[in-house]
Amino acid sequence: MLSEALHKKFDQLVSRYPLKRSAIVPLLLYAQDEVGCVSEEVIAEVARRVDVRPIEVIEVIGYYSMLHRQPLGKYNFQVCTNISCMLRGADDIFDYCKTKLGIKHKQTTPDGRFSLEEVECLGACTGAPAMQVNYDFYENLTPAKIDAVIDDLKKK
Amino acid sequence: MAGYNNPMGNSPLEVKVISKRFGLPDSMSLKTYVQNEGYEALKKALSMKPDDVINIVKNSGLRGRGGAGFNTGMKWSFVPKQSPKPKYVVCNADESEPGTCKDRPLMEYDPHQLIEGIIIAGYAIQSNQGFIYVRGEYRYLLDIIDRALAEAQSGGYLGKNILGSGFDFALCTHTGAGAYECGEETALLNSLEGLRGYPRIKPPFPAVVGLYGGPTVINNVETLSNVPHIILKGAEWYAQLGSPKNGGTRLFCLSGHINRPGVYELPMGFPLRRMLEEIGGGIPGGKKLKAVIPGGSSCPVLTASEIDVNMDYDSVAKIGSMLGSGGVVVMDEDTCMVNLMGRIMHFYAHESCGWCIPCREGTSWLNHMIERFHGGGALPDDADTALDVSYNILGKTLCPLGDAAAMPAISILKKFRGEFDEHLKLGHCPFEKKAVSVA
Amino acid sequence: MNGQTHDPRFVILDLPPKEENLQVPGPYTRSPSLSPRVNPSAPPVTLTIDGQAVTVPAGTVVIEAAKQAGIEIPSYCYYPGLTLQGACRMCLVTIEKMPKLQTACTTIVAPGMVVHTETEEAKNARKAMLEFLLTNHPLDCPVCDKGGECELQDAVFRYGAAETRFMETKMHHDERKFSSLVYYDWPRCILCYRCVRVCDEGLDVNAYGIGFRGAHSEIIPNQGEKLECEECGMCIDVCPVGALTSGTYRYKTRPWEMTYTGTVCNHCGDGCKTTLAIRNNKIIRANNRDHSGFNGEFLCVKGRFGWDFVNSDQRLTAPLIRKNGHQESSTWEEALELTVARLQGLLREHGPASVAVIGSNRTTNEENYLLGRFARTVLGTNNLDHHRTADFPSLVGALTVPQAHDRHATMEEIGEAHSILVVGNDPTHQHPLIAYQIRHAARNHDARVYLLNDREIKLLRQAKQFVRVPEGMGADAIRALAGTPAPRLAANANDLNALREKLQREPETVIIFGDEIKGKTVADLVQWGLSLPGRTRFVALGDYANSRGAADMGLLPDVLPGYRALSDQSARDRMEATWGAKIPHLPGRDIRAILKGIDSGEIKALLVFGSNPVKTFKLAKGHLGKLAFLLVAELFPTETTETADVVLPATSFAEKSGTVTNTCGQVQALKKTMRKAGTRSDLEILLALARMMGHAWGYRTTDDVLREIIARVPGYAVPLPSLLVGRAVATQPTGAPPELSSDDLIFSSRDSLFTSGTVGRFSWALNSVDEAKRPYGHIF
Ligand SMILES: Cc1cc2nc3c(=O)[nH]c(=O)nc-3n(C[C@H](O)[C@H](O)[C@H](O)COP(=O)(O)O)c2cc1C
Ligand code: SF4
Ligand code: FES
Repeated sequence: MLSEALHKKFDQLVSRYPLKRSAIVPLLLYAQDEVGCVSEEVIAEVARRVDVRPIEVIEVIGYYSMLHRQPLGKYNFQVCTNISCMLRGADDIFDYCKTKLGIKHKQTTPDGRFSLEEVECLGACTGAPAMQVNYDFYENLTPAKIDAVIDDLKKK
Repeated sequence: MAGYNNPMGNSPLEVKVISKRFGLPDSMSLKTYVQNEGYEALKKALSMKPDDVINIVKNSGLRGRGGAGFNTGMKWSFVPKQSPKPKYVVCNADESEPGTCKDRPLMEYDPHQLIEGIIIAGYAIQSNQGFIYVRGEYRYLLDIIDRALAEAQSGGYLGKNILGSGFDFALCTHTGAGAYECGEETALLNSLEGLRGYPRIKPPFPAVVGLYGGPTVINNVETLSNVPHIILKGAEWYAQLGSPKNGGTRLFCLSGHINRPGVYELPMGFPLRRMLEEIGGGIPGGKKLKAVIPGGSSCPVLTASEIDVNMDYDSVAKIGSMLGSGGVVVMDEDTCMVNLMGRIMHFYAHESCGWCIPCREGTSWLNHMIERFHGGGALPDDADTALDVSYNILGKTLCPLGDAAAMPAISILKKFRGEFDEHLKLGHCPFEKKAVSVA
Repeated sequence: MNGQTHDPRFVILDLPPKEENLQVPGPYTRSPSLSPRVNPSAPPVTLTIDGQAVTVPAGTVVIEAAKQAGIEIPSYCYYPGLTLQGACRMCLVTIEKMPKLQTACTTIVAPGMVVHTETEEAKNARKAMLEFLLTNHPLDCPVCDKGGECELQDAVFRYGAAETRFMETKMHHDERKFSSLVYYDWPRCILCYRCVRVCDEGLDVNAYGIGFRGAHSEIIPNQGEKLECEECGMCIDVCPVGALTSGTYRYKTRPWEMTYTGTVCNHCGDGCKTTLAIRNNKIIRANNRDHSGFNGEFLCVKGRFGWDFVNSDQRLTAPLIRKNGHQESSTWEEALELTVARLQGLLREHGPASVAVIGSNRTTNEENYLLGRFARTVLGTNNLDHHRTADFPSLVGALTVPQAHDRHATMEEIGEAHSILVVGNDPTHQHPLIAYQIRHAARNHDARVYLLNDREIKLLRQAKQFVRVPEGMGADAIRALAGTPAPRLAANANDLNALREKLQREPETVIIFGDEIKGKTVADLVQWGLSLPGRTRFVALGDYANSRGAADMGLLPDVLPGYRALSDQSARDRMEATWGAKIPHLPGRDIRAILKGIDSGEIKALLVFGSNPVKTFKLAKGHLGKLAFLLVAELFPTETTETADVVLPATSFAEKSGTVTNTCGQVQALKKTMRKAGTRSDLEILLALARMMGHAWGYRTTDDVLREIIARVPGYAVPLPSLLVGRAVATQPTGAPPELSSDDLIFSSRDSLFTSGTVGRFSWALNSVDEAKRPYGHIF
């Protein structure tokens, strides 16, 4: 069941565009934030909202790297390893996250708390190496900073 | 720690136009904006004929900051005056070019400047609706911009009958969801229409047939942020800030092996060497420079001997590279260029939309080949094959992403062929031990 | 960026039409690409291709212009009639004054343009594209169904990219079964998106999508791992490689091991051309890749897969005769002699009025013509009818007014129409090609489609206006359209007025109607249609491959061949002269009266050819048991053959020659493609019976019968050579047939896409798909 607030958000988003289907990506993204992934229910609801066939929604999901059909961990570590970050040691940072979280690229910890992903340029090149946890940016990363972030999130 | 560390560098050599309000308290608010010349340009523009607005922008020499560097006023002038279908203005805030993070502070610290620019563009082409397409990863910026949009609307700068002029303009944000290709203007339009972000066949160009089939102007965040200043201070003032045919200033993002990484606003045509040495403070650890990417990962790399160039579109093009998106990435002497090329190819293979054969198959081939090569599996023909494959992509794809992958590949394969030969000879990467991370 | 002005040749995504409040997802909404449109009214353009001057209509794409000059430019994503993609980059050519290679499939010709298709640069580019395509291609050509007719193989042969420099591991996914008829092999897929487009744009089913991105892109079906669609299999045919393969053809044979014969599909009344591929006297495959008929490459699920009833092991292969209450196999001689003896006995005892004949909607014109001759002259009865599924006689009669006999629309004309009114019927199910033509017209030249129906049908998605009237009110609605107020339709009055006004503004309209419109209502509809300012043409929709031919050939109690009333003395004279025998001049019993006569005992003997009246007319068990003699010529055991005294195993459409006439009145030739041991065609059966009953007819071949039809049946004076080379020739029927005596003589069997009367029950393919289990009218 999608929340009342999400339905409101849907109403408002769909009304922004001259063509309803324009709202597909925003609807999916906000729904994913709430549900944890783009579930079958979300697909059906989005298709219904914008008057397209479900396959057209599924096609869109497959295209975008931020949309997932399976749930990720509560905190998704997205470590940028693209050039600016790579030049400043992003590969080590990524390896450090792997060891620290005990998972590999695109995996989730057994408790469902953390998942890890190596991602493309996040637009934080001058703060390299950088990562995003869900939508939050962390820059000029060091192993110590990673430790602090993880400890912090574990407390939440 | 969440949120954004200030990416802005600080240098006395900067010429601050679009970043001038960045340090002000509450710089993203309407109040601060209005106290500092905010929306004055809009008032002025609304009192002018739309064509005159276009002409000022044309004469200012403002060129697109998104990558291609096309004259902005010229682009606007291609929009047909009469159109049976609605016209649109789309702001490209998809900022995904590796090495580039300049649109982010513009939206974070001065969203009204961008909004004002978009409204003026809308007035110039007589459009009544605009969209700001923000990459999905910049979620926090959506909130900032949405708040600014609401403020602008209640201030009468947006919506119906703007400032009593009779001109209507609606503007809202739209989010992407992780796709570099959606920065390409026609792929962006498809994405905005709720389709997969595949590029469109051109012609027709978006200025004629764009969003929902209507004439559409698509401009980068930085491009549009410049517009209010041009309107307010005039074309000549703006043009003379830069070099001939390259008006104004530009945000350069210094990253990689550099002592003072950051975003700096510098006049067009600022010499690259001074940028690296005086602004960036040189290379950490006193190491020597090996190479520079002058404008994001899509540009051919420059070697240390090529950095005596002025950073404007024409000068950089003259030495075979591009000013691109302003992402200046610096590599020191211990950087393995094979590894770098592998990472760049990884990016393009990951981001190729897959629509056309040469890009879809070529980038993934190069990615796998170069990663194998760097990892110790080099074969004698690989470097030649990689060069050939790159040329087989170049100029044959539907959209410029293919070229964006081929160009850096070709430049690295040609300019750093020695490193490939050495990998082949040793059977492993010669830099493995030497490379020390800065972090 | 340059200053191109808007080019009206392109169809561009538009906002959904608000008009009439219809939700029209439409074929364009998902397609990121464009449709090229030729502009016949602009002056033609002359350009130079490989040194040849070529003149083509404005708006033509270079690849088509080259084709006209006999120059073939390889292409994968380009497919005539589908939107442009510019994806495969195989068609790159050099165009003078352009900085880099251009795609011939997306470049519109311009005056003075100079194109070189075989420069070193272009050839190298194509070779490069092939090398790219082969990087992840499995090269399992020796076991691939497409081997030998693969467009990728052909291009590699031509441009030579067989040696690969690709040293990485090829990506692999296992093959997937999208449905019992469609399999997908990802590694072979070159992502030309033809399947996606043909399904979306051609079929308006949109069962395919694209999954993931980049090198991981794949074709995905609409229901998780499964397709839910019309199962037409067009996707398999348009696939240039072996990525999509057919559940009925895969791993059966190599293309060069089969023999090919062009013939006509035997299922619905649309008459699609099809090429049957035969190996070891079995049909292995059907398609129309040579675009030989008006259907182009189109075939529906029945045409592409539903021929397999021909191969069924339940076919009757020996005559059966009833002995001591049981049907037993017999020889043909025994069966025919028994038949003749019983018929002659009953005729002697009870007279010709006690004998009746029911013909078929699927047998050939020649057979139907001879069946009429047999009934009328050998048996001496007009008790002759068939299951009528459309009121062709009323249409012909109504159009037999000055200047109107040419107002029968052909199948081609439906596709070219700019305005189409569909009254009743559900063409998607009952006339898949007509539905395809209507969608084609809507998509390719914005034809206005208007619907008048008692239920929602899939063509609604193309409709500009839909008037929904209560069931059974078709006649009132037509009268209301024509301007007579219909009190029972007060609720629809505004809609009907609006529809009338729209049609009055159309420069030309094709009016297509189903079994809902019959008798007097046909005359009303035609009269009103002809009164419209624009040029109006008509099509009546009848079921099965030759329902039109059955009517044309006079399988009716009161109508002679060519819609001449039996009561018309001169028409009778003419047929009597042709046949050298008398024709009883009183009309016989229609099919309902025949069935009643059986019940009452007045009809003693019944001959049924290719029909299953027990099922069609829902007869009680034992109804036909009252007959003294029942002969049935059939392909399969049916509810009707069960009771028969003699069952004759008949040949199917694939095993005989002859002609059939589609629902639009276009004649086409069937070609004999194979033999079925033990069977005989109805024509052979009739010739034998007539001879044994003392009538020397003197036809030696089917063509002899056809020649007589051409010479003697009004409206059928068609050029024989045209038919023999496989063309569809329009007939021009005229006549004043008697009025329809009762409405319940005409009814459609409402076959769905997945049923086809008796033969459909014996098709594995049609019954294998999940969609067949859905209720009739289910929209995909
Ligand atoms: C693959 C690709 C990615 C691009 N990404 C971006 C982007 O992230 N942001 C942007 O402003 N322009 C991007 N561009 C450039 C746009 O296509 C377009 O040129 C630009 O938005 C025009 O605006 P401008 O004239 O103001 O530069 C990209 C182009 C390509 C080919
Ligand atoms: S070059 Fe081709 S595959 Fe690559 S992103 Fe552009 S259209 Fe897609
Ligand atoms: S046929 Fe032209 S790009 Fe595919």
